Amino acid sequence: MSPSDVIIIGGGIVGCACAHRLAETGWRVTLVERDTIGSGATAAGMGQIVALDDSPAELVLTADSQRRWHTLGQANPLIHEYTPCGTVWVASDDEELTLAAAKVSSYHAAGLHAELLDAAALYRHEPNLRPGLPGGLRIAGDAVVYSSRSAAWLWEQTGGTLIHDEVTAIQSGGVTLANGRQLRADVVVLATGSRARELVPTLPIRPKKGHLVITDRYPGFIHHQVAEMGYAKNAHLADVDSVAFNIQPRATGQILIGSCRQYDIHTPEVDPHMLGRMLQRCIDFMPGLATLSTLRVWTGYRAATPDGLPLIGPHPHIPGLWLATGHEGLGITTSLGTADLLAALLNHTSPAINPSPYLPERFFPAH
Amino acid sequence: MATLTVFINNRSYTCDASTTVAGAITQATPQLSATRQSVRDMPRTMVCGMGICFECRVTINGAAHQLACQTPVASGMRITYGEGGDAKL
Repeated sequence: MSPSDVIIIGGGIVGCACAHRLAETGWRVTLVERDTIGSGATAAGMGQIVALDDSPAELVLTADSQRRWHTLGQANPLIHEYTPCGTVWVASDDEELTLAAAKVSSYHAAGLHAELLDAAALYRHEPNLRPGLPGGLRIAGDAVVYSSRSAAWLWEQTGGTLIHDEVTAIQSGGVTLANGRQLRADVVVLATGSRARELVPTLPIRPKKGHLVITDRYPGFIHHQVAEMGYAKNAHLADVDSVAFNIQPRATGQILIGSCRQYDIHTPEVDPHMLGRMLQRCIDFMPGLATLSTLRVWTGYRAATPDGLPLIGPHPHIPGLWLATGHEGLGITTSLGTADLLAALLNHTSPAINPSPYLPERFFPAH
Repeated sequence: MATLTVFINNRSYTCDASTTVAGAITQATPQLSATRQSVRDMPRTMVCGMGICFECRVTINGAAHQLACQTPVASGMRITYGEGGDAKL
């Protein structure tokens, strides 16, 4: 397809990254955002850039994206508040430490830095962890960004047209807005995260609610993103409510504290029970957290798919509709890799990675 | 009036035993202008006296960001703030 007009629905980090990449390759971009650029899950999330290896396809996409963020962040560290602090994954027991050793090989195979930490090295990196832990895994290339600001910056580079409205319907060759106006384009990209089913009800997306807490400023309390190795086990695969120790230093010295996951909760209120479970889990790993002063608690929704991988590519049954959603808790990281894949597929150029595992057709039986 | 001794920026002061940390700081430093620098280097000090504005944060016994106006003094308490303590926190 030769570049022409594209409408992107949703100005979160994924929609803005897609807009940026498509504009770079010659497309005229119109972005429809009902709120503000970089709101929704982009504003609610931690802004973590992490390479994860729960599945080979996840590792390929996150590794590719981690490198893209490094390039973008190093070029403009102040705009993105890019902090290459790395991640320390904490092993709770010897079994998890054995798993960490295996992960080192898989990260190395993906071309990433990964370092097995014994107990002494673990406490040298993060002295506030509770005593008695056997070690962990350090991924030095991981980073933290201010994702709302990155989304705004990516969008500003495109020179595209921003429409503040809500899309009420997608039809062949365009969309209808809440004000009744119709916009026409050859390609429509749906990037509305957990709300994607409001426009395409058959998509295999479920909202997964999370809570986050931010503290006052405690520079030096932690040095990396610090998370339990059980995070993936606790957070991604289970179909039940879960909590996991996952904290992050911000450039301001503040600490973001997560995480928890709840399916099928559609109200944004803070749930004191889940919040309590989440904080207790974090205090179990890092007792000093209990003495810190917190400023704010909020919630947000991840867009979860049944296999934990995003939907990137054409909708198999709706001509002209392309999907860029379903990124679960990794949307900030994988936004840049997603954008490159989507643009390569639309432009019929060679993508940097194999697009097959992320194509939406995997969830739609052939006619 | 019962009194006790606290340490403010490593100097000992005798203060009213029933006062708050904010009261002790005010008694010890009548010409007080700032107890904190903001992130953008602006002077800050206690304002509301009732735990709402969070401008009176000081370090008490090593714990940062304690509300001076909501914390009763205790004998031997170590209070630090500003240039002598935790500027820009």
